[in-house]
Amino acid sequence: MNTSIALQVLGIGTWAPGLPDWPALCSYLQDGTVLDNVAYPPDARVLSPAERRRAPHTVRLALEAAAQAVAMSSCDADALSSVFASAHGDAVIMDAMCTTLAQAPDQLSPTQFHNSVHNAAAGYWSMATGCRRATSAVCAGNASFGAGLLEAAVQVVHASEPVLLVAFDAPGRGPLDAMVTTRTPFACALVLAPVAGSRQAAATLHLQAAPPDDPPSLPQAGHLRQLAHEHACGHALALLENLARGGPATACLPAGDTLMLRIASEAG
Amino acid sequence: MPEIMPALAISAFTATSALGRGLAAHADALIAMRGGLEPNRISSRPLDCWVGRVDALESEPLPEPLAGWESRNNRLAWTGLNQDGFVAAANAASTRYGARRIAVLMGTSTGSIATTEAGYRDLDDDGRLPPQARRPAIHCLHSLGGFVREALDLHGPCMTVSTACSSSAKVFAMASRLIATGWADAAVVGGVDTLCDSVLFGFNALELVSAAPCRPFDVARDGISIGEAAGFALLERAEQAPDAPRLAGYGESSDAYHMSTPHPQGAGAELAMREALARAGITAGQVGYINLHGTATRKNDEVEAALVARLFPAHVRVSSTKGYTGHTLGAAGVLEAAIALLALDHGIVPGTLGCSRPEPACAQQLALQSSRAGIDVALSNSFGFGGNNACLAFVRAGACT
Repeated sequence: MNTSIALQVLGIGTWAPGLPDWPALCSYLQDGTVLDNVAYPPDARVLSPAERRRAPHTVRLALEAAAQAVAMSSCDADALSSVFASAHGDAVIMDAMCTTLAQAPDQLSPTQFHNSVHNAAAGYWSMATGCRRATSAVCAGNASFGAGLLEAAVQVVHASEPVLLVAFDAPGRGPLDAMVTTRTPFACALVLAPVAGSRQAAATLHLQAAPPDDPPSLPQAGHLRQLAHEHACGHALALLENLARGGPATACLPAGDTLMLRIASEAG
Repeated sequence: MPEIMPALAISAFTATSALGRGLAAHADALIAMRGGLEPNRISSRPLDCWVGRVDALESEPLPEPLAGWESRNNRLAWTGLNQDGFVAAANAASTRYGARRIAVLMGTSTGSIATTEAGYRDLDDDGRLPPQARRPAIHCLHSLGGFVREALDLHGPCMTVSTACSSSAKVFAMASRLIATGWADAAVVGGVDTLCDSVLFGFNALELVSAAPCRPFDVARDGISIGEAAGFALLERAEQAPDAPRLAGYGESSDAYHMSTPHPQGAGAELAMREALARAGITAGQVGYINLHGTATRKNDEVEAALVARLFPAHVRVSSTKGYTGHTLGAAGVLEAAIALLALDHGIVPGTLGCSRPEPACAQQLALQSSRAGIDVALSNSFGFGGNNACLAFVRAGACT
C-alpha cells in the first residue's frame, strides 16, 4: 500500500542568517540578496518581554518562524495543534547543564533545567499564544524535519483541520558541539491544512513514501545549499526553495532512519 | 470534542522498572504493595533522596552488533524489549505485515544523556569528550528511537517524542493516527528513561525531590522520587487480535500556563481527560480505574485530586503508582499504561503506596490498599513540563461500553 497525503500550505515562516523571514528568502532567490546585520537570536515578538528574557535562544528562533507562518495563514494561533521538530533541542543549554553537573551539580539552575526539555519551544509557544491544543516535540536525527512533517501531515488529514509545523536547530557549544551536525541557526514553520478549494493557499503538497535509497534533494541556490549542508533540519530547504519558486516541483527528504518522503508541490 | 475512534488492539505489552523485569513482577509487587524504591546511590555526587532503580544494568552490556548504541538508557531499552515475549511478538508482526509497515514511536525525556554527563566528567586534555563517548547518535534524544528500530529491524515511520513526562503516552496517539491514515499497519510504541544527574539535580534545583520515599496524595507529601523504566506495546487494528485489550481513546492538550507548574484548576489536564473519554465513546461513570499522574508534588496532586473529584463519580477507583516505581518521567506514560492494562487483564487495582492520610478532595475515590476487582475501562494520566498533558483510555476486549 502506498499512502499519499494532499495538503495545503497556508503559511510559511523562516529564519536563517541573512534571511530573517519568508519574503527575504523569496527575494534572495530572485536577486541573490542576503541581508547584513541580522542579529541572532531573533526577537520573537510573540513572547512577552519577561518570557523573552527567560526563553533560550532556540525557543526564540523557533517561535519567530512559527509566528511568521501563523500570521501569513490568517489562522488563530490558539486554534492550531502544533508539532515542533528538532534534532538537538538546545545544545547550548545541554553543554551548560553538563558542565555544571560535572563540576558542581548542586549549582544547577532550576530555570536552565526546565528550559532544557525538548518541548521547551512547544511550551513557550502555548504560553505565548494561550493555545491549549495538543503540541508535540519530536526528533529523528537528520530526518527530524521530515519526521515532524509526517506527524503534522497525518494530524491534518486525521482531524481535518490546520496544524502548525515548526522545525529548528542551532549550533552547540563546548565539548558537545563536536557531536552536533548543525553549524548555523535555522528554523522554518509551515501552517498545513486539508485541501479545500475555497481557501487562499500558498501551495499544495502531495506527500508519499519514496524508495528508501532515493537520494535527498538539495537546494539549487548557493546560500540555501550551504545552509542545507550545515543543519540537521536542512533537508527542509529543498522543499522551501520549491515553494518559493512556485512552479510544480518535487523534493525528496528523509522522514526517518529508513523512510524517504517524496513531496510534490505546486503554487496555490 | 473529537469523534469516537476505532479501537486498536494492544496485542503485546511489557514493563521493566524498580518493581522488576516483566509484567508478572509488576503484578506481584502491586498486589502485595511491595515498593521498589531504595536510597539513592547512583548520582555522581551524593543527593539525599530515594530512587526507583533497575538492578544489574551495569553488568549487562548490549549484544555486540548493537554495541555502538551503548548507554544505560539503551541497555534498559534492550532489557525491557526482552521481557514477556515482546521481541517475538514484534518479529511476528514484521513477518505478517512487512518491516516497512510497522512504525517505531518512542518517548523519552533525557534519552542517553547519562553518557553525555559521564563524558563531561572525563574530558580529555584538549577538553574533548573521551573517545568512547564520541558517538553523535548517542547525544541526541533519538538515540532511543534509533536503537529500538535497529534492534527490532523495523523500517516503518520512526521518531522519538520528547514532551517531558507525557512523552510515552503521546506515542499511543501518534500510532493511532498513523494506522488510521494508512501509513502503518502496526506500531511498536514505548518509552525509556534512566536515572541520571540531569533529572536528579534538576528536580532537586526546583525543590521538587523528597528526601524520603514519595507519598502521592498524602496530605504530608513533600515531593517526588525519581525512577527509571522501560515499557513497550504493540498496536494493531482491533480485528487482528480479538481478545487483546484495546486502546479505546486518547486526549492531548496544553496548559498554556507555566513551564514547570501545572495550571491551578487543571484546565489542560481536564481537556485531555474529556477528549480521551469522547474518543473512546465512554462516560466518566463507566470508568473502573484511573492510574493518576500523582507525582507527590504539593501542586500536581492538589490539582489532580480536585479534577478527578470534579469529573468522576465517587465509585471510580483511582491511585498513583509512583510510590512503587518512582516517577519514571518520559517512561511513565507507557509504564503506567501497562499498569492500567494489568488492571483490565488481572483485575488488579493498585493501592497508593506511600499514602496514609489522603488529600481530602479525592479521599473517597483514592485506593489506599491494593485489591482485586473486575475492571472494564481504565484511564492513565500523564502530565509534563511545558504544560504538556495526555490521557489514555483502555478497554477490556469484549467489555460492553
